[in-house]
Amino acid sequence: MTVPIELDRRFRDTAASEGLLDVAYDLADSPVGALLVAATGRGLCRISFTPDEALDGLAEAFGARILRVPRQLDPVRRQLDEYFEHRRTEFDLETDLSPLPEFQRGVLTELARVPFGQVTTYGALAGKIGRPRAARAVGGALNRNPVPIVLPCHRVVGASGSLTGYAGGLDRKEALLRLEGALI
Amino acid sequence: MQAVAIPPFERFYEANRDAVYGRLVRRLGRQRAEDAFQETFLRALRAYAALEHGEHLRAWVLTIADRIAIDQHRRSRPTEELPDLPVEDGRPAYAQLAPLTGSLPPKERAAVVLRYGYDMTYAEIGAALGSSEEAARQAASSGVRRLRGRESA
Repeated sequence: MTVPIELDRRFRDTAASEGLLDVAYDLADSPVGALLVAATGRGLCRISFTPDEALDGLAEAFGARILRVPRQLDPVRRQLDEYFEHRRTEFDLETDLSPLPEFQRGVLTELARVPFGQVTTYGALAGKIGRPRAARAVGGALNRNPVPIVLPCHRVVGASGSLTGYAGGLDRKEALLRLEGALI
Repeated sequence: MQAVAIPPFERFYEANRDAVYGRLVRRLGRQRAEDAFQETFLRALRAYAALEHGEHLRAWVLTIADRIAIDQHRRSRPTEELPDLPVEDGRPAYAQLAPLTGSLPPKERAAVVLRYGYDMTYAEIGAALGSSEEAARQAASSGVRRLRGRESA
């Protein structure tokens, strides 16, 4: 017997409002494909380009009490929509990077300062965190960025100006840079 | 043998919600099934982090649903007015147990919480944890012994 939609929604909202969840998530459409967006009580913790594969990783990092609760992700979805509709250049969202190693958190914190429409290089970012010879490690940290788009690893390119790599695929990196007017 | 991993709650919920809802509608009628449905999955969610493996989750959640249906059924007959279970500080028993049992080994913790927090029988606990009634009894009793030992220490 199928659960009525209203009852299903009520359970999900109650589970979240009673603080019983490790992670709430939702799915969102975007010009770069379907996204899974997820948040803990502390903030946004995941944006995934491969929604079908994201839940297990979330469970490993934050715990198995994971539930789809669209309402909890309203601000995230809204800000992403605005970004893709050229009405937003900065995200105003808390992030939860607590499971990440310190080095990676440092890289991502510095990354967050790269402004909309500009690009930097792996080497420059390494210099900014005081590890000028760690460009490769910086690349690795960006490759495992749990919240792409909001933490803009697409704005980091190779020293030669080539796009180099992107965990979500180079097509997406190019599309995001084009949207920001950083590629002509 | 590798234990069956505990699935993200969403998958567990999707796989079982229709079965739970159907069972509750048959037992309580559509109207009252709605509250019982929500209570069943909230209770499952509260106990989820204490699960040790992902086996027999359907049996486990249907057991929770059955117990809630029985409670609702009793409550719906006002002539029999049953006293509420004693609750010391207004929180349900399983909530009071949580801070006490946090440091027990997982199996003992699950058995103690399900027995004394949820008032499940050892047979039900055995089924829920994928072991036997006797193993559930032993786990709960050694958990209680451990808690007593700690208290007097």
